Amino acid sequence: MADILLYRPHFVAFIILFLLGMYIMVVNPNLVKKLIGMYLMQTSIILFFIILAVKKDSTIPILLDSATALPPEAYANPLPHVLMLTAIVVGVSTLGVSLAMVIALYRQYNTLEEDEILGKMK
Amino acid sequence: MIRPHDSVIVHTLARVFTPIIQLFALYVLVHGHHSPGGGFQAGTLFAASVILSILAFGIQGSQTALERRAIILGGIGILLYAGIGLLPLILGEEFLNYGELPIPGMEASARRHWGILGIEIGVAIAVAATAVSIFYSLSGRGEGEGKYYG
Amino acid sequence: MTLFDDYLLLLLAVVMALGAVFVRDLLSGVLILAAYSFFLALLWAGLGAVDVAFTEAVVGAGLSTVFFLVALFLTSHQEKVRKQLRVRIIALGSLGCLGFLLLFGSVDLPVVGDPESLPSKHVSSHYLRKSLEETDTPNVVTAVLADYRGFDTLGEATVIFTAGVACWMLLRRKDDSST
Repeated sequence: MADILLYRPHFVAFIILFLLGMYIMVVNPNLVKKLIGMYLMQTSIILFFIILAVKKDSTIPILLDSATALPPEAYANPLPHVLMLTAIVVGVSTLGVSLAMVIALYRQYNTLEEDEILGKMK
Repeated sequence: MIRPHDSVIVHTLARVFTPIIQLFALYVLVHGHHSPGGGFQAGTLFAASVILSILAFGIQGSQTALERRAIILGGIGILLYAGIGLLPLILGEEFLNYGELPIPGMEASARRHWGILGIEIGVAIAVAATAVSIFYSLSGRGEGEGKYYG
Repeated sequence: MTLFDDYLLLLLAVVMALGAVFVRDLLSGVLILAAYSFFLALLWAGLGAVDVAFTEAVVGAGLSTVFFLVALFLTSHQEKVRKQLRVRIIALGSLGCLGFLLLFGSVDLPVVGDPESLPSKHVSSHYLRKSLEETDTPNVVTAVLADYRGFDTLGEATVIFTAGVACWMLLRRKDDSST
């Protein structure tokens, strides 16, 4: 287990960020703090996919012209990059809708704490 | 309700930076083929320039009819994308196969090049309009009397 | 990027994330979240994902921070202190077990940076080889996003349009005269 920390610090960082986001979403009753936790979870997943796309001694996936064609091992893997572009944009749309819901709840109940809202709803 | 900022520095800088950001957004959109960039980044940069001008000059100063109906432009962007994709379908090939677009005098790879540029423009328009529209509805559009839905 | 740069940026990103969630004032938390996004964008640019880093810097650190700040501007931005010891201990315990399981499972994942790992074979090498002659586009990420996987991008643009419509519908007023 010690070599995980030494040679793969990326996975450890991903696990810490993901679980931190999940912990804040579960424990904290403030709605905006929960949204910060959701944002942390989304970006940690994107970090994980980018880690899977790294190749040693490779360059960015923009091809040079065909006169100096390099083999595919010299470029970073472009397919996870494409998926993560979609993930970032969908994440920010979800964030916009969640913030709209938070504002609508605040207009109705004048508080951002989840248990006070549940108490006023009864 | 976002009131105009009362500092001359902010006004001047916003007036200088807004066209620079829009020019950079156009650059990023068109150079998406050769450098990192493309539709999403360009649309968000354009929306950022509009948001900058709203924050500096207040929401009263830029309340034209277009900004209240910004979401319609978003729909037009999506229709542009789907329309470019439907053209090959009408002509008998598959959906979103840009190699069969009806542009005369080009080979298939150049037609794909222009098809990609066309849909990136559609995506940029959609993302810019939607980001401005979300900002506009999140900022309250003027507090006042009147009941809210929801 | 050497391992030292990776270590440094990962450590900074984790510290920023810890700061963003454990600060009591929500306004400061959101601004620290913007700094976290920028550090992540730097890390991804160093790992070779330049398009993703650009998008994260513009959309993640720019647009989502603006949305957060505008939403906080309309609501309050102080958080209440409260004691919830039992919930916290249960959450820490179960998430700790989950973390240990994830760490245990990550041993089977391919080594970071292996050019012969399975995600880099099959379709991905075809895209890298044939993108220039089939689509005339040196940027492989744009070619894959807009041409090879164009249907997913159509869905994504529709998702963001739907989010705009949903935000408008949630926050309109009854006497609103526009559309």
